[in-house]
Amino acid sequence: MKLTKTLLATTALAMTAGVAGADGHMADEMTIVSWGGAYSASQIKAYHEPYMEKTGIKIINDESSSEAVAKLRAMSEAGNVTWDLVDVEAADAIRLCDEGLALEIDPATDLAPAPDGTSAADDFGDMLVSDCFIPQIVFSTTFGYRTDQVPEGVDAPSGACDVFDLETYPGKRALNKNPIANMEWALLCDGVAYEEVYTTLETEEGQAQAFAKLDTIKADTLWWSASAEPIQWLADGEVFMASAYNGRLFSAIVEKDQPIGMAWNWQMFDLDGWVIPAGLADDRLARVKDYVMYATDTQRLADQAKYISYGPARASSAPLVSTHADLGIEMAPHMPTEPSNAENTFVNNYMWWADYRDDLDAKFQAWLAK
Amino acid sequence: MTDTTAHDNSGPVLAADGKPLKVSLARALRRQKIRALLLIAPLLLFVLITFIVPIGDMLFRSVENQIVQETLPKTVVALQEWDSEAGTVPEEPVFAALAADMKIAVAEKTHTRLGTRLNYEMNGISSLFRKSGRGVKKWDLANDGPFKDKFIALDKKWADPEVWVTIKANSPKYTPGYFLNAVDMQVSPDGIEARPENQQIYVTLFKRTLMMSLMITGSCILLGYPIAWILANLPMRQANLLMILVLLPFWTSLLVRTSAWKVLLQQQGVINDLLVWIGLVDDANRLVMINNATGTIIAMTHILLPFMILPLYSVMQTIPETYLRAAKSLGATNWTAFWRVYFPQSIPGIGAGSILVFILAIGYYITPELVGGTKGVFISNRIAFHISTSLNWGLAAALGAILLAAVLILYYAYDKIVGIDNVKLG
Repeated sequence: MKLTKTLLATTALAMTAGVAGADGHMADEMTIVSWGGAYSASQIKAYHEPYMEKTGIKIINDESSSEAVAKLRAMSEAGNVTWDLVDVEAADAIRLCDEGLALEIDPATDLAPAPDGTSAADDFGDMLVSDCFIPQIVFSTTFGYRTDQVPEGVDAPSGACDVFDLETYPGKRALNKNPIANMEWALLCDGVAYEEVYTTLETEEGQAQAFAKLDTIKADTLWWSASAEPIQWLADGEVFMASAYNGRLFSAIVEKDQPIGMAWNWQMFDLDGWVIPAGLADDRLARVKDYVMYATDTQRLADQAKYISYGPARASSAPLVSTHADLGIEMAPHMPTEPSNAENTFVNNYMWWADYRDDLDAKFQAWLAK
Repeated sequence: MTDTTAHDNSGPVLAADGKPLKVSLARALRRQKIRALLLIAPLLLFVLITFIVPIGDMLFRSVENQIVQETLPKTVVALQEWDSEAGTVPEEPVFAALAADMKIAVAEKTHTRLGTRLNYEMNGISSLFRKSGRGVKKWDLANDGPFKDKFIALDKKWADPEVWVTIKANSPKYTPGYFLNAVDMQVSPDGIEARPENQQIYVTLFKRTLMMSLMITGSCILLGYPIAWILANLPMRQANLLMILVLLPFWTSLLVRTSAWKVLLQQQGVINDLLVWIGLVDDANRLVMINNATGTIIAMTHILLPFMILPLYSVMQTIPETYLRAAKSLGATNWTAFWRVYFPQSIPGIGAGSILVFILAIGYYITPELVGGTKGVFISNRIAFHISTSLNWGLAAALGAILLAAVLILYYAYDKIVGIDNVKLG
């Protein structure tokens, strides 16, 4: 057979395979997109199952959140949005909102007030970082370390700045392969005051200072891009210390019993929540809004914390956080928001990153490639 | 004799129906061509609609830049009068036009999109438009002027001439900006120049992608050739069994295979553990075989190897054994018989396999992302990043267009040097 023919035939095959999953929306079905794994499982247990029982609506769980931004844009351009609700990080929610791909919401009418009557806007407070964003959880990027590799006679690492201390804590470290959080940590640990981190990062000198600090550990650092990687490296003893999402670390330490400890100092808070795609038909929109009203009320957000160690985004949910559904342990001490864990924290400055991300990302990748 | 001479003298040769043979032949040929075209028409249409048009549309984004004109039509016109090199802020008419444009843009929620677009060119414009949008929403166009001071009161960046230079520079419908960015260049007031060194990344990545894809293709030939030879020369029963072993990894998920390489190659992995246990490697100096270029080459060679073995195998199967025996009976050594008789006949298989492996390798991104660390990632990783994370589809399209052009040029060169007719899949 001629080469071109084979190539064409293969392409045609791949295409038909892609067409098979067209939009087959039923009247009482809803497609909710999330991250998969333990996180989706916690949402299914805490939100989807009780809601399906209550209303009889069938929820289809799609695990495409990692490519949600691009897919939503493609769907919107094709004029066929097949998703009803999408779980994204706050930074992506801002981008989707800016692009007009997500629906703006009104906390007063779209979200339930707290049981004591506090309005949703006050209950969520600062977490409402974008007009389109419906906050769900607070998670943090923090550090885990191998408890069995801590050198004798020194204290265990306590947080971000120990990553830069190669003398006390030799060994490989792992950091996220993008500038967010790494640049802030580099400056904080180089002595820049917390209030001045972002104004410093706006200047060329400030960026050079951050890169210089990161240079000191570059040779000993592995860079992760999938959030399971740092956990696997820690579990295999491939690295001594790694930045990772606190829920993943919790699962490795408590559920999988790995010799890993948490170092919370200067953890970076981040938010995750829902966005409603723009351009839904009225009946679908009404159904989604009903779900959102239910799934983000005070009790539901507190329920999710039974399954995963992410803090509820509502202030009124915090006192209701109880014990792990299977293990029976108290969840509060494992939450990023627990006062003893949250001595020094910083919140990812979304608006600042929306302005500087493209530029710093190019510089960061160029620095990595050198 | 007289008969033949009479024919020679007559005009054009006639067909049986009396029409000139030439016309008749041409008509028959044309009919044949149309029939052939009709037969392939469904496939042609299918390829055109599902393949060429979407790719063309995507590539068009690399130069398309209508968003500025569409969102700020009056401002763009008003700015034509303004001298961007004077270093001053435009006057009230431009701000009035901006207020009118923004009012509409805010109602249609397109101002933030424009902000994102212009932020590629200048940091901070994204929040400038988002913030200004909230302010403009409350204004009354008829009574609230003049707007210059009002805009500057909203955000003092409006008093920065640089913002206006950026808007004016990006107002044409088409832009070379994405392509320039894709080769580490930029437009500055002094013309086209290289980007600052700390932002240069794409040319490095293009070179690396080509080099490493060639190395992967090379190692696939080295590993695949002997295997294909054994497969082609074993009795059918054993050959089939071995073939299953070749195909088995082919049917395993890409991610599983990539993760398996992590387990094998990492510093605390199986191979290092074994080497330390034997005593070949010191425990303190374990080999670094993953999260670098080596890791990418090993993992991708493994993943793409079947694409080399299969065409090689099917070509080798068609080479009769008798040729080798004949060569030897004529006095050739084993090596001469292989090199002068067998190898030249297997070249079409190498050609087909190499093209398949190289073209697949050049577009890979999941494997390099997972095992490539910082020195083993490809240009496709950046394209994927701009498609799915930064949403800078213009830049992604420009990078993709360059990659496509590079592949086509290489394909052309291959055709000139080796000849594409010399490629066989079996």
